[in-house]
Amino acid sequence: MSDGLMIEVANLTKRYAGRTAVSDISFTVARGEIVGLLGPNGAGKSTTMRILSCFLPATSGTARVAGFDIFNQSDEVRRRIGYMPENNPLYPDMRVREYLKFRARLKGLSRTRTRERVDVVMEQFGLTEVQKRIVGQLSKGFRQRVGLADSLVHEPELIILDEPTIGLDPNQIRSVRQLIKSLAQTHTVLISTHILPEAEMTCNRMVIMYEGKILAADTPDNLQRLMSGNSQVIAEICAPREVLEACWSEMAEVEQYDVAPAQGEYCRCALTPLDGVDLRPRIFAIAKERGWPLRELTRSRHTLEDIYVQVTRPDEEEA
Amino acid sequence: MQAYLTLTRRELSSYFMSLTGYIIISAALFLLGFSFVDLLKQLQREPTPMPVTELFYMTWFFWLILLVTTPVITMRLFALEKFSGTFETLMTAPVTDLEVVLSKFTASMMFYLIMWLPLLGCVLLVRHFTSDPGAIDAGVIGATFLGIALLGSLFISLGCCASALTRSQVTAAVISLVFGASLFLLAYLADQVQHQPDWQSQALACFNFFDYMHNFARGVVDTRAVVLMGSLTLFFLFLTLRIVESRRWK
Repeated sequence: MSDGLMIEVANLTKRYAGRTAVSDISFTVARGEIVGLLGPNGAGKSTTMRILSCFLPATSGTARVAGFDIFNQSDEVRRRIGYMPENNPLYPDMRVREYLKFRARLKGLSRTRTRERVDVVMEQFGLTEVQKRIVGQLSKGFRQRVGLADSLVHEPELIILDEPTIGLDPNQIRSVRQLIKSLAQTHTVLISTHILPEAEMTCNRMVIMYEGKILAADTPDNLQRLMSGNSQVIAEICAPREVLEACWSEMAEVEQYDVAPAQGEYCRCALTPLDGVDLRPRIFAIAKERGWPLRELTRSRHTLEDIYVQVTRPDEEEA
Repeated sequence: MQAYLTLTRRELSSYFMSLTGYIIISAALFLLGFSFVDLLKQLQREPTPMPVTELFYMTWFFWLILLVTTPVITMRLFALEKFSGTFETLMTAPVTDLEVVLSKFTASMMFYLIMWLPLLGCVLLVRHFTSDPGAIDAGVIGATFLGIALLGSLFISLGCCASALTRSQVTAAVISLVFGASLFLLAYLADQVQHQPDWQSQALACFNFFDYMHNFARGVVDTRAVVLMGSLTLFFLFLTLRIVESRRWK
């Protein structure tokens, strides 16, 4: 058994008739991680999750969950995962408590354990006051919580959530995110999303998929570092424009500069440094030395949005 | 086993949690009432040596009820789950395909038998108002219900199969209605040719469900019928299982 690894995917490929949904992907997820599968619609996120949850077979390649092969030991795998599919399908004619009880029994919990666990998850997801309501009449936010409660009711080792916040209003999204974060200590979570801030906020690691391939897989911070090597530094300094331009052209670390008048007597300087150089301390030192008032000094941070757009549209510039 | 029982319970209760179950039962009850009126008229005309169940069978309402209700009972089994996506949550739970198929079959079979219970009421009503308590024999009623159950299991396994094939309940109902009607016509054909001596006719005569059911209604339990309908049911259930499994092929 592989220790420490919850998911091991190796060369996984899934072809539908005439279309390759997932093409030769490999990645691993360690125990206790929250990993986000990120990508535009149709990138193969849902297919990957369906394969990992043993709903669909892979065309080729292997995957193991908690050390069990997803194809040959699917029963063991399914016992260990809590999977919430896209759009969170539920039985609309059942009552909340009844549904959770049904799911818990289906997943093999004993009668007493079922009662305990259903109470616990209903408490955890704030469903106790709606436990007698019919699922079909609940608001979308509550239904989502029912789905999440279902995926957790049997205390799975791995939770797979396919677009858990889709179609929710901002408040509900926030509360669902909070719930997912709260799972972090005790569970391994794999969530898929095409919303970046979501992954940025909840995940320890992101796997960016595009057209069935993995383009990048790293922590949000590393992905950012990858991109922000030569990000611009913005400084607003109160000094004559010519003096500033002369100063920047003398500095060897500045690759490019642009000075424009800003509000008041200040000038706004946009400086592009050489790779890997942080210009900010130098600029501060110069301003201090020459007695220039400095009112802003920032490095324009590449948001993950930029990274996302850049990696998911690799051939945009060529086009 | 626990999964099987849990699923069966849910399937059965889902008939009663939505309107469908009540509509099917009322429709069956309506037709049953018709046949009962028919039956009473016959009883008024002249004395007959036939048991009441045979008289009921002779009204042909039995076939109408069987042909119309079984597609409606079975159409949602798989089609609705596939349509609403709950099939995914169901199959990613630690259950086997066999458990899913069997529980759906069991639940619809139970519902089907519940639907036929009013017939028992009709028969007991006749018994109450006839002076001769021997007119209705427990054995005959038992055989009739065995026949109803066996034919029902055949048609319901057929319906399971149709429902597993598609995402649309309507399509599922149409497929099982068409196949059910085909079985009915096959039985009709068999009934027409059963006295001809050539081997083709004799082979076809095996499918004379009219004759089988008539025997059951008379209180005769014919093992050939039991074996035929039992094995056809198993065949269709096996087919259903393969269809459910087929998503894991490729």
